[in-house]
Amino acid sequence: MTRTLTHLERLEAESIHIMREVVAESEKPVMLYSVGKDSAVMLHLARKAFYPSPPPFPLMHVDTTWKFQDMYKLRDRMAKESGMELLVYHNQEAMDRGINPFDHGPLHTDMWKTEGLKMALDHYGFDAAFGGARRDEEKSRAKERIFSFRTASHGWDPKNQRPELWNLYNARKAKGESIRIFPISNWTELDIWQYIHLNDIPIVPLYFSAPRPTVERDGLLLMVDDDRFPLRAGEVPVERSIRFRTLGCYPLTGAVESEAKTLPEVIQEMLLTTTSERQGRIIDKDGGDASMEKKKQEGYF
Amino acid sequence: MTDPIYKTDALIAEDIDAYLETHQHKSLLRFITCGSVDDGKSTLIGRLLYDSKMIFEDQLAALEADSKKVGTQGQEIDFALLVDGLAAEREQGITIDVAYRFFSTEKRKFIVADCPGHEQYTRNMFTGASTADLAVILIDARKGVLVQTRRHSYLCNLIGIRNIVLAVNKMDLIDYDQAKYEAIVADYAAFAAEIGIKSFTAMPISGFKGDNITANSANTPWYSGLPLMAHLETVALDNSTDQAKPFRLPVQWVNRPNLDFRGFSGLIATGSIKPGDAVRVLPGGKTSIVTKIVTLDGEQDEAVAGQSVTLCFADEVDCSRGTVIATADAPPEVSDQFEATVVWMDDDALHVGRSYWLKLGTQMVSAAVHAPKYTVNVNTMEHLAAKTLELNAIGVAELATDKPIVFEPYADSRTLGGFILIDKITNRTVGAGMLHFSLRRAQNVHWQAVDITRDEHARMKNQTPRVLWFTGLSGSGKSTIANEVEKRLNLMNRHTFLLDGDNVRHGLNKDLGFTEADRIENIRRVGEVAKLMTDAGLIVLTAFISPFRAERDMVRGMMADGEFIEIFVDTPLDVAEARDVKGLYKKARSGALKNFTGIDSPYEAPVSPEIRVNTVDMSVEEAADHIIRAILPLK
Repeated sequence: MTRTLTHLERLEAESIHIMREVVAESEKPVMLYSVGKDSAVMLHLARKAFYPSPPPFPLMHVDTTWKFQDMYKLRDRMAKESGMELLVYHNQEAMDRGINPFDHGPLHTDMWKTEGLKMALDHYGFDAAFGGARRDEEKSRAKERIFSFRTASHGWDPKNQRPELWNLYNARKAKGESIRIFPISNWTELDIWQYIHLNDIPIVPLYFSAPRPTVERDGLLLMVDDDRFPLRAGEVPVERSIRFRTLGCYPLTGAVESEAKTLPEVIQEMLLTTTSERQGRIIDKDGGDASMEKKKQEGYF
Repeated sequence: MTDPIYKTDALIAEDIDAYLETHQHKSLLRFITCGSVDDGKSTLIGRLLYDSKMIFEDQLAALEADSKKVGTQGQEIDFALLVDGLAAEREQGITIDVAYRFFSTEKRKFIVADCPGHEQYTRNMFTGASTADLAVILIDARKGVLVQTRRHSYLCNLIGIRNIVLAVNKMDLIDYDQAKYEAIVADYAAFAAEIGIKSFTAMPISGFKGDNITANSANTPWYSGLPLMAHLETVALDNSTDQAKPFRLPVQWVNRPNLDFRGFSGLIATGSIKPGDAVRVLPGGKTSIVTKIVTLDGEQDEAVAGQSVTLCFADEVDCSRGTVIATADAPPEVSDQFEATVVWMDDDALHVGRSYWLKLGTQMVSAAVHAPKYTVNVNTMEHLAAKTLELNAIGVAELATDKPIVFEPYADSRTLGGFILIDKITNRTVGAGMLHFSLRRAQNVHWQAVDITRDEHARMKNQTPRVLWFTGLSGSGKSTIANEVEKRLNLMNRHTFLLDGDNVRHGLNKDLGFTEADRIENIRRVGEVAKLMTDAGLIVLTAFISPFRAERDMVRGMMADGEFIEIFVDTPLDVAEARDVKGLYKKARSGALKNFTGIDSPYEAPVSPEIRVNTVDMSVEEAADHIIRAILPLK
């Protein structure tokens, strides 16, 4: 009597297999944890992969200091629950120069995230880093391998990727080189939500609708998350019933007006929507068509 | 565009919980689409995505804008742009790499591997096909079965895809002509039988007009089969077949949180397992009983192929990464010599005899590939004689691993029969292969146990065996220095032997020339001889150019830890050439001598040799002193 595995069971088994391969074949792995829903699923899968041991690597948050307050709360709680060490890294230079999303535009992402990530990996000497990127998110990601090889300067060469056959991953590398691993590459946004729903995985409350103070700016609905938000002349925060489809730095993340207060309602809204997930993120649009590909070549996740 | 059927799902709006319940029980089908740009592959994928609501409005708007800017379809939407993800691809209008796309219907979720259609295709198509349950082979109805149709079909069959859909596309452009369609199918059937494809499903479609994609088309009333989407939704999955096979689990990781728990983690390749089942751990062969299947969600009553689990045993059994847990009464074979099909994926051709890493399941061993028996012309299926495998070549060859591995023929198990080859220096994945069977030699040749061990041989000689491996350019001074070192060791009552490059080529290796393949074999034999001599307790000195890093590392790998001492005689080319003791550089420069190291054949200098000497700043005596000091004590 055979049992047909569901797509979520197969995806889960694949992700767990990937994580165990990395732990077996790398020297110093780390899990990059951004506190979003994809990170939440990735962390849950890691706990499954190594149970009853805690995942044998630390969590690392490359912080920009501009995340939503609710994200910091959940981050600290999840680290405690999983029994994993939490490393929080701030790019000191960005800190000293006061780089922020209001005054510095794309430089903010570049310094805090892209440069911050490279510095953090170098600082701790990690040779393998898990990331929660999915292939359905963006065109260049659809072509990235699950084991994505990076040079000593963290560059990605899309034209020279290692062939990846069956579920055999080549984790060999020279000293100084590293590998980024995307264990949830083959999950879609719907799979992520469904899995969170089925497994009762804690996520940041901002994914659910609630009345929150907002301003409308440059076509985006931004939430005034703390008093660092510089209001322009005439701008008055308005309370709207909003939620977020994706979470990043609060000044760069657009909200959607919504009444979805439960996970099924969130999923329903997602399925009926007509725009793609990353539309609310400014990061993809800086620098035209190939912006994500370019960022990745420079070392962005 | 016709109205997409899957675009709105009434259930989503009316009863989201019921929808989620349905979606949760969907199965997963992974498939690959094969065909060149002209066959309408991108249009078909675009349609599947569009019809299943995977293209959002913002993406569609971007696509329309892109289509006008760089598209190849005039004012029509160019779906290729949706699929071509890299900037270089969009600019040049070519596809470089495999892209993965996702969509789902009421019954299944799908992952499509979309592979480039151009000639240099094999590598990427193999990558995409290796995880596929099904292949859609597209044919342009106006053109019929082409050379590339044959190539795609051959590769799909070779990698073991049993579900093949022959989609005769662009039926609208031949007025839905049944006779023409049937002629194409008959033509393909004849070819398929020739290469061993047992069955396939043919269907007349139009990706552009939507005929027989989501519903049977009124334009082809004579077609009684399922539309493409319905076929994809109902075709049997490989995963079910795998469950019926004997239990196999390659161990990835040993889970030891504390002294009371010891579990073995891995992905079940085939079969199923229950607590109480008897298992055998290979290659050791010890047996035990499974006591529990541990997961974060509690202990399980059963686990099946395709699941990642952790097993606990009743006994303490030696079981670590690389071992395979199998059902006790039908274990897989263990061998170290095989026949295999090898697909080459690197710009640097296969070096016959060179030691590569071979990864199969969770086993990683050193392996050398022999000269191919033949390669296959993927366009004509002809067998050709070949000395090596170039990029994208497919050949059948024997290969040997440095220690026995647990395996099954690829036809029985993708996991225990499929392997990749990794270059030891560049770390690139250079090849992939499928094991056919074990060569009987490996099973019939056993190690004979001897009573006088290598340790005892060494003790009798009152010394520690060593291999002093001198490498450097011709004329660098290797033989001279080695000779001087041996003289001193003899004065110290050490038992030594000097293997000299020129001397060995007069006897043991007189059948070898100076091609790369022969040079690799030359070093391999010398390595084996040196190993026998260290087993006998000797200090071996070797003086060979040994130009390739990979072979020197191979010899290092044969010896015990610390036994191999690499001595780089670091004399610059101009100095060695100026000496030209044997007149060889002159001959090489004049073209009378081919493949001469330093002139038209490369020398790969050691990166971190144990000892480095040169004969520019040092005399032969000083160099010998330096070496002796570095290797003492030898007890």
